[in-house]
Amino acid sequence: MGFLVNTVNGARAIATGFGITLKHYMEQQLKIRPTETVQYPEEKREQFPRTRWRHVLTRYDDGLEKCIGCSLCAGACPARCIYVEAAENTDDNRYSPGERYAAKYEINMIRCIFCGYCQDACPTGAIVLRKDFELADFTRDDFLYTKEMLLEPAPITGVIPTSSIATVKREHAAV
Amino acid sequence: MARTVTEMSFHDSGTPVPSFGPGGTPFLLGKLDEVVNWARRNSIWPLTFGLACCAIEMMASVSSRFDLSRFGAEVFRASPRQADLMIVAGRVSTKMGPVLRQIYDQMPNPKWVLSMGACASSGGVYNNYAIIQGVDQIVPVDIYVPGCPPSPDALIYAIIKLQEKIKAGDSGKLIELSPIFKRPEPVRS
Repeated sequence: MGFLVNTVNGARAIATGFGITLKHYMEQQLKIRPTETVQYPEEKREQFPRTRWRHVLTRYDDGLEKCIGCSLCAGACPARCIYVEAAENTDDNRYSPGERYAAKYEINMIRCIFCGYCQDACPTGAIVLRKDFELADFTRDDFLYTKEMLLEPAPITGVIPTSSIATVKREHAAV
Repeated sequence: MARTVTEMSFHDSGTPVPSFGPGGTPFLLGKLDEVVNWARRNSIWPLTFGLACCAIEMMASVSSRFDLSRFGAEVFRASPRQADLMIVAGRVSTKMGPVLRQIYDQMPNPKWVLSMGACASSGGVYNNYAIIQGVDQIVPVDIYVPGCPPSPDALIYAIIKLQEKIKAGDSGKLIELSPIFKRPEPVRS
């Protein structure tokens, strides 16, 4: 008698346990409950709004760089991974609206801790941390991001940047 | 006296083993290499080497949300003898360096090292005497992941990239065969 009771109880316990597994399995198969797993390389999860990843040097709408080469980001960086070298703008060779621009802008991306202090320190909002997180690479030299890699591509517009238009004296054609 | 120079190369243990000549790998063994690399890259068993906060993200990457087992890399091994990939997650102190090297030496070939996070890769903000400035000073690193800490998707991206590297034929750095004697190029007229 005791044997029979033990068998029935044991079978009930097993059925209860596997029933939970079966329930979750069926829920996923019948799409009652969404699957938790993000199928990463095919689909990417939505990053949080304030996620900080890869740096980007932004431009104004007319294509001029926002960075003025003031090195405040390098001063604010706790990991000391930013190197800025400024140069003077000239009328012929104009990169940014102000007096100076960043001739060199390098970030050692492997030492950077993505704290966003550079973004906070920037007076013109030139450097921003965007959400591109796929940064892994094979050698350490690949992580020295130069200005060309960081800079946003120039807007493809047919319009000449307004700030770079020099005033030209035209001779009026005789009417 | 004319001597024939046979092409020899050395692997990790210093024992000379013959390598294939400039003609490349024979067809049968070449196909076998592809199969072996396929098996290797789809069963990268990581070794837990969590040293700091990066380890939390490393643990999160095997959770159901990110599910590293989709790439055959979920079996985290505490024993180095059953592991293929050492994920160095966190800052390596000077005192931990010899321990890390010993555990790396205990891993069987082929083996790979993934340096996870800014501290393991370069020291990060800890630019001081206590922290090894980059784990590549003591072990050969195959892939670096920046971030502080890298999110689980960034780690999974690195593992996918490592799989590509294994697919391309890199089976660990220490057993990489490099010919030391170069056979002279045949003169073509």
